Amino acid sequence: MPDSANSAKSKTMNRRELLKLSPMLFVGAFAIPKTREPLLRGGVAFTDWASAKWFRRNHLAPTFADSELTPLNQFYVNTYDLDDPGVDLEKWRLTVSGDVKWPGEYTLAQIQSLPKQAQNTRHICVEGWDVIGRFGGTRISDFLEQVGANPEAKFLYVECADDYYESLDMASALHPQSLLCYEMYDQPLTREHGAPLRLRVPTKIGYKQAKYLTSLRVTDVVPKLGYWEDQGYPAYYGL
Amino acid sequence: MADSNYLPVPFAAVDAEESQVRTAYEHPWAVRFCHWLNAVSLFVMAGSGLQIFRAFPSFGPKIPQHNLLNVPKSLALGGWLGGALQWHMTFAWIYVATGIFYLAYQIFSGSYRQSLFVPRDLAGVWPMVRYYFFFGRKPAQTGVYNPLQKMAYTSAILLGLLSILTGIVLYNPVQFSILAMLMGGFHWARVWHFCVLCALLLFVLGHLIMVILHGWNNFTSMLTGWKRNPEYLP
Repeated sequence: MPDSANSAKSKTMNRRELLKLSPMLFVGAFAIPKTREPLLRGGVAFTDWASAKWFRRNHLAPTFADSELTPLNQFYVNTYDLDDPGVDLEKWRLTVSGDVKWPGEYTLAQIQSLPKQAQNTRHICVEGWDVIGRFGGTRISDFLEQVGANPEAKFLYVECADDYYESLDMASALHPQSLLCYEMYDQPLTREHGAPLRLRVPTKIGYKQAKYLTSLRVTDVVPKLGYWEDQGYPAYYGL
Repeated sequence: MADSNYLPVPFAAVDAEESQVRTAYEHPWAVRFCHWLNAVSLFVMAGSGLQIFRAFPSFGPKIPQHNLLNVPKSLALGGWLGGALQWHMTFAWIYVATGIFYLAYQIFSGSYRQSLFVPRDLAGVWPMVRYYFFFGRKPAQTGVYNPLQKMAYTSAILLGLLSILTGIVLYNPVQFSILAMLMGGFHWARVWHFCVLCALLLFVLGHLIMVILHGWNNFTSMLTGWKRNPEYLP
């Protein structure tokens, strides 16, 4: 065969082989803002879905010895707008509403009358740092039972004195280590750590551990996902 | 198989036509597709990973925070932590899917024989190192890849696997607590994840240098699959 014919044939073949790579062009959709946004949202949603899929109700977060605790003064405090929203601890009540038999206002003493659990668990911030802290409080599952919450409901939705807000899926809320936390390092919560009551869910990322709780709603539909989630952070973010 | 002149013929099928130009089909479609898709996702994973790292550029405690290195914004992708997480979490799946598809293809097609580093390649590594770095004599090329190349490609696959495993531990250290424990806990998993990134970037650097040194004909073989006049053909 003459060399030119051979080269023409080889060119056609090369072009055909190159065209076979054209499915690659779909990644170009990530370069166009209009298609990028939904794709990235979908990617995060899929990641959240997978994380929820491999969540095990009774698999405990690792716990640590007292000697492994990060000293309280080295427990970083992340606030989103103010260090202390000025909660009046005397008048403080937790407003419970939604799909519960006994909605109303609950005092800290009522919450503390339920069995207390203390745990040394790792707190992980989405930024990448982590600390091991000691947390004490009432199991969310005990409290929900006390107020007659429908365990089939999908979410807890909490609001905070500093206008922060969070949603928590029911399976994670009912986890045996999920707490309505009122103590850290065996002392009442300090102002900067969310006095008088915060969430402590060791199966969740840091920003889901809302501080200065003022209300708790049991619901199938959340009005918003959470302060950071509504800005694009993953909504489920299980650990 | 143990023949030293063993040529992985199905994957370097010599063009049957008689002519001066001899071509070999080195890279099947699946391999080329995975190569380029992985190149994109590796780029995105590294860039968004560096942006995530910028949120806390340290491996020590938060208080006091000692920054290890400040990654310039120009190397980071995603703009801010939340944006980078979106890229990282989305492309992680593309990266994983590409890896699974690639490994499945290599195993079921038998094409892995072309690139998998096996013990009998060991003897050929040093002569290649001597040739590349110490002006040694060029060893005869007997297959599509030389032993050093096979070692590099096989290491890259292992690094890819490690990047996924350390990444899973960083994302879900509670559900994967056993895996986390094997890595020394969440804190260390973060260190390993970063080390794997550095090793992968070193691989990419070496790879790009070699691609440039070997020229256009070698480069286009990863686009079309065909290589003209490869040196291992008689």
